Parts: sequence; structure tokens; C-alpha cells
Amino acid sequence: MNKVQVSTSINGEEVEFLCEPQETLLDVLRETLDKTGTKEGCSTGDCGACSVMLDDRLVCSCLVLGVEAQGSEISTIEGMAGGDGLHPIQQKFLEHAALQCGICTPGLIVATKALLDKNPDPDEETIRYWLAGNLCRCTGYDKIVRAVQDAAKELAHPA
Amino acid sequence: MGAFAYVAPSNLEEALAVLKEHASAGTRAQLLAGGTDLLVQLRSADKTPRTIVDIKKLAETNRIDIGSAEVYIGSAIPSAVLNENTELVALFPGLLEAADLIGSTQIQGRATVGGNLCNASPAGDSIPAMIAAGGVCVIAGANGTRELPVEDFLTGVGKNALEPGELLLGLKFKRPGPRTADAYLRFIPRTEMDIAVAGCGVSVTLDQNGTCTAARVAIGAVAPTALLVPAAADALIGSKLDEDALAAAGAACTAASSPISDKRGTVEYRRKVVAVLCRRAAAIARDRAKG
Repeated sequence: MNKVQVSTSINGEEVEFLCEPQETLLDVLRETLDKTGTKEGCSTGDCGACSVMLDDRLVCSCLVLGVEAQGSEISTIEGMAGGDGLHPIQQKFLEHAALQCGICTPGLIVATKALLDKNPDPDEETIRYWLAGNLCRCTGYDKIVRAVQDAAKELAHPA
Repeated sequence: MGAFAYVAPSNLEEALAVLKEHASAGTRAQLLAGGTDLLVQLRSADKTPRTIVDIKKLAETNRIDIGSAEVYIGSAIPSAVLNENTELVALFPGLLEAADLIGSTQIQGRATVGGNLCNASPAGDSIPAMIAAGGVCVIAGANGTRELPVEDFLTGVGKNALEPGELLLGLKFKRPGPRTADAYLRFIPRTEMDIAVAGCGVSVTLDQNGTCTAARVAIGAVAPTALLVPAAADALIGSKLDEDALAAAGAACTAASSPISDKRGTVEYRRKVVAVLCRRAAAIARDRAKG
């Protein structure tokens, strides 16, 4: 198959890449662009480890073809931390020990940012439903929910 | 994934030309909307070569029209976009709650009800809800567009009525009049991210005295396809939607079902649960219609 040229914006930077039609956006991010922060879990859209923002919409990058990203704005975990340190969501995941092995963490952080951008003050039920597509086999989720709640507070009233 | 070709036509004429070319040559073309089913399928068993035709760039598949008589939902619109449309949620709360049950937040960002319908899983949650709401498929082909009620679009497990060269542009509904409302319920053993063991969509219209003057009932995951159950609607029409009428409608759903036993439920269990879901969904639709 011939490779297709795709123009996108990733974390605010113009990025062009070549990909084959059967390569997923996840394949392109990890293999072509060396952005390995986005993780591959199930490859069937069940686990959320590969979560990215595609035109302001939270998606599983394993269920998007690279060629479908033509003209899109993509945000990944690599775009989270600012020049002066971790994003408050990342900081709160650390403080609350909301991770163990870490494979689910980038996806959870991207999904959490998507939630808090849309709803800055979600209740626990909203958080748990929003994150139902991000599986974590280590933490039992409570620490993640506490980290999200604390991050929401921090973002609303920076210390 | 096996290798395939990809095209993303920018207008309907182009899309139909590509589909026609493949139909005449006898080569395989497959339609792509949100991709949440298709990409999983491409990665698993069936890796035969094909051309993937992305329908997301067409004006017709991206439109939501809420008119005074009709409502149209383009087949490429993700569920998350539908559920952010408050007017649509107010008009079709049942259809929208069904769309909202499908998959995670991530899946909702891509998955479309048009794709859910075309994928034709017996357990597709939005399908009974679309049938209950009186959905009609708007299908484009070489000879123009044709329309087909959703219940007639499903031809088997994973099979639909699209002919080679055709594509689903969107779904059309009569705009619900006063005291008309729908509801959808499914049963799953957990609270999120699961496939229906049984599902039921109900739409009812009441007169000013609360008597049901029109109804549609559809069941899912209890037969090879989602089914319209006219006998269940007949049990509701003319009643005040009291317990006896709801129970009769539920019994009609059980009678219409022909489920299989699998790891998610047995035949006996599904037949019983579908009646319970019908009773409860009809009561929700009734209470919504009363406002």
C-alpha cells in the first residue's frame, strides 16, 4: 500500500507524517512520531490507555486511523506539563499515589483533563462514570478518584 | 490489521461513485463512520482486502436538522455530540439515553447511532430505541435516495438492507407531538460498559386524560435482530398505562422474543427480563409524556 501524507497539529505544533491506511493514530504516535507517552493496552477500545484528545473530543487512539486524523488537532499526554513543571492533574496523581504500574496513567490524566475542562466541579459519580472507560488493574480506583477531586479543587483555587 | 485502501470522499457524488465502482467490479468496499466496531473487526478475524470508504466528510451525514415536522440525524454524528444537543435530548430522551449507554466516554466521542444500526448487532442499544421512536433510514444509492423503517433495515445478525453501492445518510423521525415521550432500558450485570442482556424501547402518546393513543415497543438482544412488537403496543393503546396494561405489554415482548443462551443470560432469563424492562420503560415513557 502507498503511504498517505497526513497534516495535523499535535500539542499545538504542526506535524506532518506518512502512514499506511491500516496504521492507527496510536501506531503513528508511538512508532512514527516517538510519542510513547500514549500507551497501548487492549487495542479494542475497552481500556482507555491510548486516550488522546482529537479535535477537543476524548477518543481511543487505537480506534482512529492515522489517515482519519488529517486536518485534526490532537493533544496527548506529552502536551500536559507546562514549561514550569507538572500539570496540576499530574501533580495530584503523584500526591495521592493514584498509580502503581503506570500503564493506565497517561490515559487517565488525559481523560481527567477532558472532564475538568468540561465540568470543573464534578461529583464522585460523574467522575466514576466519565472514567469508566479507563481501566486500572492496580489501584482499585479510589486513589484515582481522590486525585481527580483534589485536582478539580486545585484548578478552581490554585494554592 | 490487514492492509486496505482508504478513501474519504468530500461529497456524496464522489462517495457514490466510489461505491458504484466497487459494486460493478465486484470488489469489496466497506463504510467507515466512527470506526469503533469496524476497526476492531479489521483487527480480528476478517482481514480480506477491501477499500474503506470514510463517510465523515459528507454534508448529509454530518447534519442535525430539528424541524417543526421532522428531525434528521446524520449517520456520522458521534453520540457525544447528540447528547450535547439539549433540544434533541428533550425531544427523544429514550433514544438519547440509549446512545449514551453505548461504551465509554472515549467510545461516545466516535461512535454513531447510524453505525450502531449498520453494525446490526442483536444487542445494539440504540436500535430498539430508534425503532420505538419511529426512525426511518435515509439511504443513498446510484438511483437516488430511498427510505426504509429501521425495523425493516435489519436483516440478520450483523446484516442490514444496504445494497452494494448504497450508504446510510441518516435517520429521520417524525417530531414528537404533545404528550409524546420515549424511554429505553437495558439490563446488564454491571452499571457501565457492558453489552445488553436484554433491552426495550418504548414510545407513547397520551391524550389529555392520560389515555394512551399511540405506542411503539421494540426489543433488543432477545432475537437475531431488534424487533418491533406490535402486540405490545396494542396492549398499551387505549389504556391508562396502568399495571395491567404494562404487564400485558411485557408478556407480548416475552412472546415475541426468541433469545439464545450464552454467558450473559439464558433463554428463560432473557424472556423474563425483557418483560420487566418493557413494563419499566413504558412507565418511564408514560411519566415523561405526562410532563
